[in-house]
Amino acid sequence: MTMQMLIEAWRAMGANRLRTFLTMLGMVIGVSAVVLMLAIGQGAQYSVDQSISSMGSNLFIILSGSSTSGGLRMGSGAIPTLTVADAQAIGELPEISAVAPAVPGIAQVVYGSNNWSTSVYGTTPAYLTVRNWTVAKGYPFTDSDVRSATRVALLGQTVVDNLFGDEDPINKTIRIKQSPYLVIGVLGAKGQSLDGRDQDDTIIIPVTTAQRKLFGTQFQGTVRFIMSQAASAQLMPEAEKAMTALLRQRHHIQEGAESDFTIRNLTALMNTAAQATKVMSIMLGAIASISLLVGGIGIMNIMLVSVTERTREIGIRVAIGARQRDILMQFLMEAVIISISGCTVGVLLGVGGAALVNRIAEIAVVITGASILMAFMVAACVGVFFGFYPARKAALLKPIDALRYQ
Amino acid sequence: MDPVIRIENLQKEYETDAGPVPVLKGMDLSIYPGEFLSIMGPSGSGKSTFMNILGCLDVPTAGKYFLSGRDVGTLNSDQLAKLRNEVIGFVFQGFNLLPRANLEDNVALPLVYCNVQKAERAERARGMLDKVGLAKYPESFPNQISGGQQQRVAIARALVNRPELILADEPTGNLDTKTSGEIMHLFRQLNEEGITIVLVTHEPDIATYAKRLVKFLDGRLIYDGEVSEAHS
Repeated sequence: MTMQMLIEAWRAMGANRLRTFLTMLGMVIGVSAVVLMLAIGQGAQYSVDQSISSMGSNLFIILSGSSTSGGLRMGSGAIPTLTVADAQAIGELPEISAVAPAVPGIAQVVYGSNNWSTSVYGTTPAYLTVRNWTVAKGYPFTDSDVRSATRVALLGQTVVDNLFGDEDPINKTIRIKQSPYLVIGVLGAKGQSLDGRDQDDTIIIPVTTAQRKLFGTQFQGTVRFIMSQAASAQLMPEAEKAMTALLRQRHHIQEGAESDFTIRNLTALMNTAAQATKVMSIMLGAIASISLLVGGIGIMNIMLVSVTERTREIGIRVAIGARQRDILMQFLMEAVIISISGCTVGVLLGVGGAALVNRIAEIAVVITGASILMAFMVAACVGVFFGFYPARKAALLKPIDALRYQ
Repeated sequence: MDPVIRIENLQKEYETDAGPVPVLKGMDLSIYPGEFLSIMGPSGSGKSTFMNILGCLDVPTAGKYFLSGRDVGTLNSDQLAKLRNEVIGFVFQGFNLLPRANLEDNVALPLVYCNVQKAERAERARGMLDKVGLAKYPESFPNQISGGQQQRVAIARALVNRPELILADEPTGNLDTKTSGEIMHLFRQLNEEGITIVLVTHEPDIATYAKRLVKFLDGRLIYDGEVSEAHS
């Protein structure tokens, strides 16, 4: 029965090939647009997620500054008010899982005949945990390196490429601002950050070494900023409150007075970016869905024409014993076949298009089984939905009217 | 013996803008198994309306219609479809074959709607094509054969589900005299095999093939009897 219906549907579609093709084309364009847009949207989300996880999760950055001395307001970090001791105190808060003070600077680095200008971070081993960073080769420095302010360095991948080329940098000595440093490790590659900076163009050294030997500090033990990581995303608000209270107390800031530091929630910034991407992919999907809808209306239109054209055939079938549901199924089947086969071609085109976009525009695209499955299900539903009305119209035709129809 | 068709006070009105127009004004008729009945009458006398009601394609405004003992007025659309499929075989003036299906598929079509398997459908369809003398062309299409041959295919289709009753509405209306004779011979042969046949025609010599003649005039039955007496 079903087989026979498929054959009948095939015959009916074959009777007017151009029309069937054009109807299908509506579905093809709709589905391929949906698949392509989903791929681009999910690709964008994937890129943002990558950037977020490369930055590290649940992060705060605490900047010194916001001073009002002398009536002149300086930018964040201008006046060093944070110290390594502040960082240690923050690390003891229960809401905080890791904390790292940082003394950043720009320095010229030399190895052999190569030289390179890069950002140098003086920090503690916890920085790697906070930034979710791995050491690809060699070893990270330890707390004892921090205590004794040894001249050791971890190099980012970009620095390695520029100074060493193919040479193995481990246990080689580089010069940072004329002083020799021993390379003990190479950091794993992270790629670009959300704002487009190359995160691998960096060198990490012990914080004490940076303070005392490389950059120097205005006051003993001060740092430019502190990065801290909350134990969980839920604890972020409490962690921020606890750190504010702790630092105000440590800096003897009176009730009502302005803090001499600023706490920024980096994860919140990231989430905003993620949210924006999400909105973008939903919008892309919605726009593509409209073309799917238009394709569906095309199917309905053609099916209505087809029902009118085949009124007499319907009459004959009814006269020899077709039930209403047989007629309904026959026309529904045609609509679904058109939408499903249109969908199959559409998925192929969409996947091909996504690959092309990936190649030409170099945009990340992600195609998941779920999105293809969804496209299929939506297409089948569109076929049933838009095929139902014409099919019902056919099934409810009065037999004698249908037979008399010329 | 119970009648195949029993009609009591059958009435039919059509709703028009000018009000209801009565087409059948109260008819009583019984047709028994094995009969070969022809219905004659001028245009507008209600022949076609009557046939449509007999064929369960239309419903009467009033009156009762019993088809092999069942009161058709009480049946739902699925049950009516089943009757059309299993009890009645239709033969139309315009043949009404499906143009895109070949002869075998056309003949097998009623069997599709009562879930007969494909192999059996093909076998029975070929058997019927053989019976009407068209066994040679099961793969041909309706537009490749003559009108008389198309009507034979239509008869094969009407017979394929072994109906008790064949309803033929002007089956020779589109055919020449010679072919008409051949088709009527086929009907007579089927009747001799025991199938009840009801035939509508406006040609007196076609009506003579039947055993019983009924005449309609203006929505009423005005003659019911032997064919020969009507002409004498």
